[in-house]
Amino acid sequence: MTVEIIASIVKSVLMIVIGLNLSVFLLYFERKGSALIQDRVGANRAGITGLGKKLGLPNLGIINTLVFDPIKMFTKEDFVPDGADKFLHTLAPFLALFPVMITFVVIPFGDTISIAGHQIDLQAANLNAAVLYLLATIGIGVYGIALAGWSSNNRWSLLGGIRATAQMISYELAMGLALIAVITTYGTLDLQEIVRGQGGVYFGWLPRWGLFTQPLAFIIFMTAGVAESKRVPFDLPESESELILGYFTEYSGGKQAVFMLTDFAEQALVAMLVTTFFLGGWQMPWLYRDGFHLPGGAFIAMPALAISIAGILAFLIKVLALCVFLGLVRWTLPRFRYDQLMRLGWKMLVPLGLINLLITAFLVVAVGSAS
Amino acid sequence: MSSIPLTWLLGLSAAIFAIGVAGMIMRRNILVMFMSIELMLNAVNLAFIALAHRLGSMDGQVIVFFVMTVAAAEAAVGLGIIISIFRNRETVQADDLTLLRW
Amino acid sequence: MALWLFVFLAVISLVSALGVIVQRNPVHCLLALVLTILALAVLFIALDATVVGFLQIIVYAGAIMVLFLFVIWLLNLQAETGPTGSLALKFFGTIASAALVAELWSFLLRPHLKVKYVGESASYGTLGALSQKLFTDYLIAFEATSILLLAAIVGAVALARRAPGQRDSRQGSLP
Repeated sequence: MTVEIIASIVKSVLMIVIGLNLSVFLLYFERKGSALIQDRVGANRAGITGLGKKLGLPNLGIINTLVFDPIKMFTKEDFVPDGADKFLHTLAPFLALFPVMITFVVIPFGDTISIAGHQIDLQAANLNAAVLYLLATIGIGVYGIALAGWSSNNRWSLLGGIRATAQMISYELAMGLALIAVITTYGTLDLQEIVRGQGGVYFGWLPRWGLFTQPLAFIIFMTAGVAESKRVPFDLPESESELILGYFTEYSGGKQAVFMLTDFAEQALVAMLVTTFFLGGWQMPWLYRDGFHLPGGAFIAMPALAISIAGILAFLIKVLALCVFLGLVRWTLPRFRYDQLMRLGWKMLVPLGLINLLITAFLVVAVGSAS
Repeated sequence: MSSIPLTWLLGLSAAIFAIGVAGMIMRRNILVMFMSIELMLNAVNLAFIALAHRLGSMDGQVIVFFVMTVAAAEAAVGLGIIISIFRNRETVQADDLTLLRW
Repeated sequence: MALWLFVFLAVISLVSALGVIVQRNPVHCLLALVLTILALAVLFIALDATVVGFLQIIVYAGAIMVLFLFVIWLLNLQAETGPTGSLALKFFGTIASAALVAELWSFLLRPHLKVKYVGESASYGTLGALSQKLFTDYLIAFEATSILLLAAIVGAVALARRAPGQRDSRQGSLP
C-alpha cells in the first residue's frame, strides 16, 4: 500500500516536472528558435562568468531566457488597474493555470513496469474515464481567461477575453468530435489502453499509430489543439496589432508570468495529447515486450527494464519533436482573421469531424475495433 | 461506498432546491432568476443520482443525462429571449416588464 | 464516499448556492453557480456516476455557463445598485423556502424512503452502461432530445438575430 502511495506521489511530481520543463523549453525556443527561423541573432548578451566566452563557445542565451527573464518578471510591480475587480483579477491567472496542470496527470508516459514485485503503471492517475476528464478540464480552462479579460476593466482585455472564450468553445467541439472517433476506434476511454491499442504494425512495417489509423482525426485534433492553446495562427485573443496583448493586457509581474507559463504549458499539453492519441504514446516502432521485431524478420532481444526506459524516452522524444513542430508553425504562419477562424472551426472542422465519425463507426461495425 | 445516509444526500438536494426557489422569488434580475432555475435543476439531478446509487440502477443517471440536454436547450432559448427582451426594453429587471399590467 | 468528502462538498455547494442568490454582480453570481456545479459534479463522481459527473462539468460548467457569461457581457450588465427587490418579497421568499425545506425534510424522513443499499454491478456508471440504457430503453427519448436540441438552436438563432436593416443603438457588433 505504501509503495503505491509513494509511487503515485513520485509519478505526479514527475509529470508536473516534465510539463514545467517542457514549458521552459518552449520559452527558450520562443526566444532563440524564433531568432533562428527569422535569421536574427536573438538573446545572446547575458552570461554569468564569461567562462563560455573565454572557451570560445557561442552564447546560446540560456541564461538570458531561463534565468534573467523570470527574475525580471517576478520583480516587476504587481499592478491592479483602477476599477478592476481585485479578487477576480488576482484569481484569474491561477484559474487559467490550474486546469492545464491537473490535466498532465492522466497522460501515460510509459508501460507498466514491475519493481520489486510491485506492478507500477507509468501514469500518474489511472482514470477509466480519462478522455472525459481531459475534456472537462479543457472546458474549465475557459474561465481563467474569460475572467482575466472581464476583471481588468479594460476594453482591449474584454475583447480579448470574448475572442478567447468564443474560440475555445468553438474548437472544443471539433476536438471532442475527433476524440469520439478515436475512442470509437479503440473502444475505451482509458488513455493507457488507447496507447496499448497502438502497438503492432500494419502490412508488416507501418506502426499502428493513431496517425495512420485515424488520419483525419489527427488533422482535426492538431488544428483544434493549436487553436485551444491560442497560438499563432490562432492567436486572435492576444493579437498585438489589434488588442495590445488581449486578455492579459492589464497584467504585470508574477501574474503575467503565470499567464505565459499557462500558454507554454498548454502547448506542451497539446503535444502530449497528440502524442498519446496519434503518435503511439510510449510505443516505439517495432518494439514489443521482448525486443525489437524489425520489418524483414530480424529480431533483437532486449531486457524488460531497457524496454520500459526506451518507452519513456520514445514518449519524451515524440513530445519534444511535436513541441518543435508547433514552434515552427508558430513562427511560419500568419494570423487568421476572426471570421476565417470561425469559418474554419464551424464550417470545416466540425463537418469533417462528423464525416470522420460516420466513417469510423461504419468501419468499426464492418471490420471491428482496432484493439 | 454507502457510508453516507441517503437522507443526507436528499437533504442537501432539498436545501439547494430551496435556495434556488428563494433566489427565484427574491431576485428581480432575469438572468439571476434564470441561474436560480439552473440551481434547482442541479438539486434535482443530485436527488436522481443519489437514488440511482442507492437502488443500483442506471435509470436515474439516464434521466440526469436528459435533464442536462434539456437544460442546454432551455438555456439557449431562454438566453435568446432575454437578449430580445433587452433589445426591446433595455432592461433585465423583471419588475420593469409591465406591458401586460394595467 | 468518505464522510469528510461529503461534508466538504456539501458545505461548498451550499455556500456557493447562497452566493448565487445574494451577490449583486451577475458575474459573481455566475461564478458561484459554476462552483456549485463543480462541487455537485464531484459528488456525482463520488456516487459512482462517473460519466454523468464529467458530463455535468463539460456540458454545464463548460458550455451552458459560458453562454450565460456571454449574455452578461453582451448586455453589459453591471452590479446592481440600490435595493434589490422589495422587502416584503424577501420576507415571504425566505418563509416560503424555509417551509419548502421543512416539507421536503419531513417527506424524506418518512420510512418508505429507507431503501436498502443493494450494491451495484461492476459496470455501474460507466459509459458502456449509460449508452446501453440510452440506446435501448430510452431510444425514443434520446431521439426526441436530439430534435429538441435542433429546435432550440433554430429558436435561439431566430430570437437573438437582428432583423435585416434593424440597427441596434446601444451595442456594436461582437468582435
